[in-house]
Amino acid sequence: MQTTSDEVLIARIAGGDRLAMQVLFARHHVRVYRFVLRLVRNESTAEDLISDVFLDVWRQAGKFEGRSAVSTWMLSIARFKALSALRRRTEEELDDETAEQIEDHADDPETALAKKDKGAVLRECLTKLSAEHREVIDLVYYHEKSVEEVAEIVGIPEATVKTRMFYARKKISELLKEQGIDRGWP
Amino acid sequence: MNTMNKEAPEHDVEELLPWHAAGTLSRRDSQRVEQALAEDPELARRYALVREELGETIHLNETLGAPSARAMEALFAKIDAEPARKPAVSLNLGARFSGFFASLTPRKLAWSASAGAFVLLLQAGVIANLVLIEPQQAHYETASAPLRAPLNSKLRSLTPQAEGAFALVRFAPQASFDDINKFLEANKLSIVAGPVPGGLYKVRVSDSALPRDELGRIVTKLRENKLVGFIVTTQ
Repeated sequence: MQTTSDEVLIARIAGGDRLAMQVLFARHHVRVYRFVLRLVRNESTAEDLISDVFLDVWRQAGKFEGRSAVSTWMLSIARFKALSALRRRTEEELDDETAEQIEDHADDPETALAKKDKGAVLRECLTKLSAEHREVIDLVYYHEKSVEEVAEIVGIPEATVKTRMFYARKKISELLKEQGIDRGWP
Repeated sequence: MNTMNKEAPEHDVEELLPWHAAGTLSRRDSQRVEQALAEDPELARRYALVREELGETIHLNETLGAPSARAMEALFAKIDAEPARKPAVSLNLGARFSGFFASLTPRKLAWSASAGAFVLLLQAGVIANLVLIEPQQAHYETASAPLRAPLNSKLRSLTPQAEGAFALVRFAPQASFDDINKFLEANKLSIVAGPVPGGLYKVRVSDSALPRDELGRIVTKLRENKLVGFIVTTQ
């Protein structure tokens, strides 16, 4: 139902319908923003990037063939934009921002309890994953993408998607173990 | 089946656990995982770990907040700077034909196989009809795809209908029916259409048309209300 509606909106956007663009933006911008933010780890950059993502949607709508869900298509565009932005930044900037971001997440109101709360520790570990692992974890768990859709967004074979997810989860276990939580797996 | 072959499917099933937890597996794979979970307590224990990860990933993402209105303003400023797009009114008969045939269900197709002659006549009628009604329908179509009536009508319901000043609004998920009613009353707003998919409503801000700046100021003020998840001016 949702997918069909998005496709109809894209068809209208292809015809230059600004209102359809507003509806599509309202429906998807928060998730696209969060996906981008988890990759670039900078709110201002993420905001700039989502307007670029949706501008691409506006420009490319006529070429959308409907072979995948609109949200999958948009996340592919978002990923490409985020990685391009990351490539433009120097390693030094990235390291600083990464460190700040990790601290930011740790400094939420639950910080006092965080060290004792397994959920909070797990969330902290999720922020410490590599970009590759963060991406697959978010796409599967938060963006509810199937194996096939993740393969399309990331541009890797389906078998690699499963393996990457497995290793991302394994890394979570390792990070938890470093924090003193042994899940007994793997 | 030897030991090696016995281990392979278990690993295969374990790899699918995240998608099973997220509900994005095919029915066949999902049943396979369910069966394995019922038979293997260790796999079930690991599945509990997956569910923990799922919950905390959602929690983490939900705490990331949302972009400010600046993102949307920047987008529409860029769209406004784009060259005007011509409405698509081409005679795309190929797309129309494929759309027509794609819309036939398997049952209809099976039926048509047993009544071929009748279908040929029907197709001839449809083709003639498409050609004849093209000029009247052209303004509802785009070049990329034919539209479906139900959502079309929903979208049309958000397009200009009457005199006044309007905004598109989506209420915050925590807003109750009472909260929304009070908010509408306090701000002298009335819902004139919606919701469309995405939870958007069209609300009347004023009975008469307002200058763009003034409407913008009102909408900016409304945006500050915690019951408002998203709001933009519209026509």
